[in-house]
Amino acid sequence: MPSIGRDDVARLADLARIQLTEEEIARFAGEFDSIMDAVASVSEVATEDVPATSHPLAMTNVLREDVVETTLTQEQALAGAPEAQDGRFAVPQILGEE
Amino acid sequence: MTSRDIIRRSAAAQAAALEAGEVSSEELTRAHLDRIADVDGDLGAFLHVNTDEALTTARDVDSRRAAGEELHGLAGVPIAVKDVVVTEGQPTTAGSKILEGWIPPYDATLVQKLRAAGLPILGKTNMDEFAMGSSTESSAYGPTRNPWDRDRIPGGSGGGSAAAVGAYEAPLAIGTDTGGSIRQPGAVTGTVGVKPTYGSVSRYGLIAMASSLDQAGPVTRTVEDAALLHELIAGHDPHDSTSLPDPVGAYTQAARGKDVKGLRIGVIEELEGEGFAPEVRARFTESLDQLERAGAEIVRVACPNFRYALGAYYLIMPSEASSNLAKFDGMRFGLRVVPEDHPTAENVMKATRGAGFGDEVKRRILLGTYALSAGYYDAYYGSAQKVRTLVQRDFSAAFEQVDVLASPTSPTVAFRLGEKVDDPMAMYMNDIATIPANLAGTPGISVPSGLAEDGLPAGIQFLAPARADERLYRVGGALEALLEDAWGGPLLATAPELTAGATR
Repeated sequence: MPSIGRDDVARLADLARIQLTEEEIARFAGEFDSIMDAVASVSEVATEDVPATSHPLAMTNVLREDVVETTLTQEQALAGAPEAQDGRFAVPQILGEE
Repeated sequence: MTSRDIIRRSAAAQAAALEAGEVSSEELTRAHLDRIADVDGDLGAFLHVNTDEALTTARDVDSRRAAGEELHGLAGVPIAVKDVVVTEGQPTTAGSKILEGWIPPYDATLVQKLRAAGLPILGKTNMDEFAMGSSTESSAYGPTRNPWDRDRIPGGSGGGSAAAVGAYEAPLAIGTDTGGSIRQPGAVTGTVGVKPTYGSVSRYGLIAMASSLDQAGPVTRTVEDAALLHELIAGHDPHDSTSLPDPVGAYTQAARGKDVKGLRIGVIEELEGEGFAPEVRARFTESLDQLERAGAEIVRVACPNFRYALGAYYLIMPSEASSNLAKFDGMRFGLRVVPEDHPTAENVMKATRGAGFGDEVKRRILLGTYALSAGYYDAYYGSAQKVRTLVQRDFSAAFEQVDVLASPTSPTVAFRLGEKVDDPMAMYMNDIATIPANLAGTPGISVPSGLAEDGLPAGIQFLAPARADERLYRVGGALEALLEDAWGGPLLATAPELTAGATR
């Protein structure tokens, strides 16, 4: 079981796009080791001969008739946006990042 | 009939009073709104109270009834809805700052059904943030308190729904159950909670935490009420690709049967020993004795892989949550925090998610990101999905021997606010008995089993095979009737009176 240190938590936070304080990073690092120790028992029984189940009940593909249905209007879709402009979502600059 | 009398009746009895013309829906709805105004400042069960719209619906139902229109059996009976379920035109936050002030532009399918049937929606109930928790303490808007003892937690994540029903603020409520969030709050507040078979109630319009585990269901004061509400909200929904195409079962009929002769009940050996409080186990055993005397057969059943369920759940759930919550990025809806330095899209996302999510949500997203990361995927997420297979096999083998399985719902009675907030693993252990059903998609019900430590309620859980939800109502309705005969009335009737006008 690899230990999860502060650098690992900082890296995970970066991957998950969550800004954490130094205090949060230190606290989560301490907690994660104990949580991952507790959940590591799954590997004891997860042998090669056991198939994985991704979904609780057997699924079949679901298709419907190809007919036009009502969707949200442009106005409704934009109603909760932090910022909108000319009928579109206005987002911060996405080019020129480091 | 006083408003105190009417709000203490079951939803079925309130519906009968409406039908008989003893009370109008407007009077009934107003009585519940008055109760909320009196006691909710202290309880914190509601995040948003929907006064105007609830009264408008109530008056509409009264008009339609007066005109002789044929109405749904629950028409005019008010209901509360957990704030993880989207409601058009009414705030929906999932207990999170990141959605503060968000007004959804559409209704969840189950909300559409409630509106179509004429149930006034009283408001939105408090919950652990994004349904992550077992105590309703992770809500960004403050905790809900247990009506039995306001220094205690009401369970989680649906503590608001359970407290609202337990405190007579609403006769019915909607909850969601990803690892026990309907059943465990039911157990610790002396109410009834049902997790239906996965896929039998549409998840369209539920803000997803873990899509393969989440399931909406009823929170009520009686088993019959749960059955009535379950029949209303169940059914196939083309908007949800995981929705089962099955017809809705005769749950109410099963709840009213109260006959357990010949029913085989399996006691899960792995879920009654270490970690379960002695008085919780005592109430569990007494409940089984009642059922045995009524003609049920009690047998012991081994489910050896259940001991791995908690570990598997705490890998699968954060993994799915880390993916589902990626949409909360400050771009299209909800909070947006713009940092002063380098306000690029990536930095806005990081700042927004850092400020908008609470500790438990951050903790689970990071765990999920770790469990899904390259190099660890097979060891963690892949292994957990294999445990899911083993848990399903345990259920299948057990249901070859018995009709339903039984265990205490929660290992303990309600703990004190703050008691476990700094110990995530201790908090997670609360879900040890409820989680296997979520991994396997099987239905479960929690029914009050009596008072345990400190005079606080405990619950007994019954589990049935997928698509056999009727069995839950059969055994739950029968046990409720047997215990109420023994107690001389409902357990909730013995709860301490709440003080009107009290504030936190």
